[in-house]
Amino acid sequence: MKKLMMSTGIALRALKVNRTRSGLTMLGIIIGVAAVIAMVGVGSGATARIQQQIQSIGSNLIIVLPGSISANGVRLGSGAMVTLTEDDAKAITAECPAVSIVVPAVRGGVQVVYGNSNWATNAQGVTPDYLAIRDASMMSGQFFTDQDVDSAAKAAVLGQTVAQNLFGESDPTGQIVIIKNVPFTVSGVLTPKGQSPSGQDQDDVILLPISTAKQKVLGANKANAKAVGSLMVQAIGPRAVDQAVEEMTALLRERHKILSGQDDDFTVRNLTEVFAAQETSAQVMSILLGAIASVSLIVGGIGIMNIMLVSVTERTREIGLRQAVGAKTRDILSQFLVEAVTLSLLGGLIGIGVGLTSSLLISHFAKWSTQVSPLAVLMAFVFSGLVGVFFGYYPARKAAFMDPIEALRYE
Amino acid sequence: MAAVIEIKDLVKDYKLGEVPVHVLKGISFKIERGEFVSIMGPSGSGKSTLMNILGCLDKPTSGTYDLDGISVGRLSRDELADIRNKKIGFVFQQFNLLPRTSALENIELPLLYGDAPAEERRERALKALLAVGLEGRESHQPSQLSGGQQQRVAIARSMINNPQIILADEPTGALDSRISVEIMAIFQRLNREDGITMIVVTHDPDIASYSHRKIHFKDGSVQSDDRIAQPREAQRDLERLPAELAVA
Repeated sequence: MKKLMMSTGIALRALKVNRTRSGLTMLGIIIGVAAVIAMVGVGSGATARIQQQIQSIGSNLIIVLPGSISANGVRLGSGAMVTLTEDDAKAITAECPAVSIVVPAVRGGVQVVYGNSNWATNAQGVTPDYLAIRDASMMSGQFFTDQDVDSAAKAAVLGQTVAQNLFGESDPTGQIVIIKNVPFTVSGVLTPKGQSPSGQDQDDVILLPISTAKQKVLGANKANAKAVGSLMVQAIGPRAVDQAVEEMTALLRERHKILSGQDDDFTVRNLTEVFAAQETSAQVMSILLGAIASVSLIVGGIGIMNIMLVSVTERTREIGLRQAVGAKTRDILSQFLVEAVTLSLLGGLIGIGVGLTSSLLISHFAKWSTQVSPLAVLMAFVFSGLVGVFFGYYPARKAAFMDPIEALRYE
Repeated sequence: MAAVIEIKDLVKDYKLGEVPVHVLKGISFKIERGEFVSIMGPSGSGKSTLMNILGCLDKPTSGTYDLDGISVGRLSRDELADIRNKKIGFVFQQFNLLPRTSALENIELPLLYGDAPAEERRERALKALLAVGLEGRESHQPSQLSGGQQQRVAIARSMINNPQIILADEPTGALDSRISVEIMAIFQRLNREDGITMIVVTHDPDIASYSHRKIHFKDGSVQSDDRIAQPREAQRDLERLPAELAVA
């Protein structure tokens, strides 16, 4: 320990003597560490944002859409015929153990009018379970109730975008809006969710009880009054998603009397899976950025090795003298090794500062979300120390095993 | 008196290509504790090689070397470093001080490779500094000191660990004659008062006349080995030298 303190003292003195050179050598490490921290920050910021977006569409969410069916050999487009009904929804809730909630939904474009302003948006007829299945919450007012659905009440819940466009800053709760000449009482406003992973504004929406939506706004399907546009299904947990898909597929095939060998007349989309792919690509991106930045850290390490070799040659006489007055191999080795590690650790510390600052600047000016974890900082610091040891060892060894006679005689 | 240095049939060969060069051709002598020996000879006579071996910086090809009762020939690199640290002080022609380092820290250097705590190191270095008459120059760097002062710092460094022997290789080679006598006065004092065995390599007969014994080298062998009945007193010579030369 005492020896190490002594080596550190000698090393610091030597670095102070060659201030400019030490600074320039450190610059390589500073840039390397700063680049690693900033790049990893940008990468994990992007990953975190995608994760947040996936959260916003609802956890463990599965969407069931009416599928394409063949009628006499002609394949009709998806949704062209009624294949999903409210009864399907009830059956799934009742019979699939891996499913916790099912929300039937119908949707369509509508013009919403309030006073002399109006706004074109997407109306969805849903049930109150919508809140739970989409991980949504109310910013003000209440969601409509099951009674409202049963009685086809004229209640509406607005998304933030709709509320702002019709009401500005004032609270819409309790006001009357008109959709297709039908007056609706606004019962509340949803907490904003922002963009979906596919880039849609999830707040540009107006939610109505599904019964009211079908009867008064979107128009009931003439062939089957119970038809729905889609089913939102939540599995009981992240691991149960695949099982839920299987159970539902089997149940729906049975209910729709599809013989084995025939295609499904519905489509099941596991949304989490789709967006998880995006998350993976963001993670790959962040690893890639980190790897490229690490290259500059290694280049910085080579800079240290280069300068240490010069320094060892320059100080050959000093090494010879130290050997003559009793420095052992490991004394010289540790002196130069500590010098290299001091350079790289000091560079690492400054680099962490520069990296944190630049990731703040990036998020401020480029509006990218960046996220620097303490682990990344620690790793960068440790790695810079290792770079010092790795690239400092060869020059230090060269110094330690010099022949004292030759070293003393060196001009 | 016990021999502090005893060498027997010392041979050192260098291989230059195919042909071996015999630098030392079987040298034997003893140096007793407290002797003041000068080693003389033309360049190429092998006296530097002998000094390197005596200083445990180099190993002989054959023959034995006992230093203070220890057979040095079979010791490892680090064991030799330890011997140099504890038993030997070096004074070089070119002083070999660390640049941009204070006089006191230069003197302290050998102690860094021992066990002394920082306070004791400082104390002992200060004492050595005063012993060579450099009071007030503690924090001067070598570039701020004259040649004679630099060599005094080097002498203080060589004596810091209370060595058995001090090996001085042409210690006055880079100094003018008055400063040379001053340096010899310090050596004589160390030899007389502290009982340190002095070995000085020189080609200047004046310098050699301050020693008690002169060993002449020629072609890798001892040519003559004479006691000096009446060694000169450097301190007395200094008093006789003209005063205006005393400024350096």
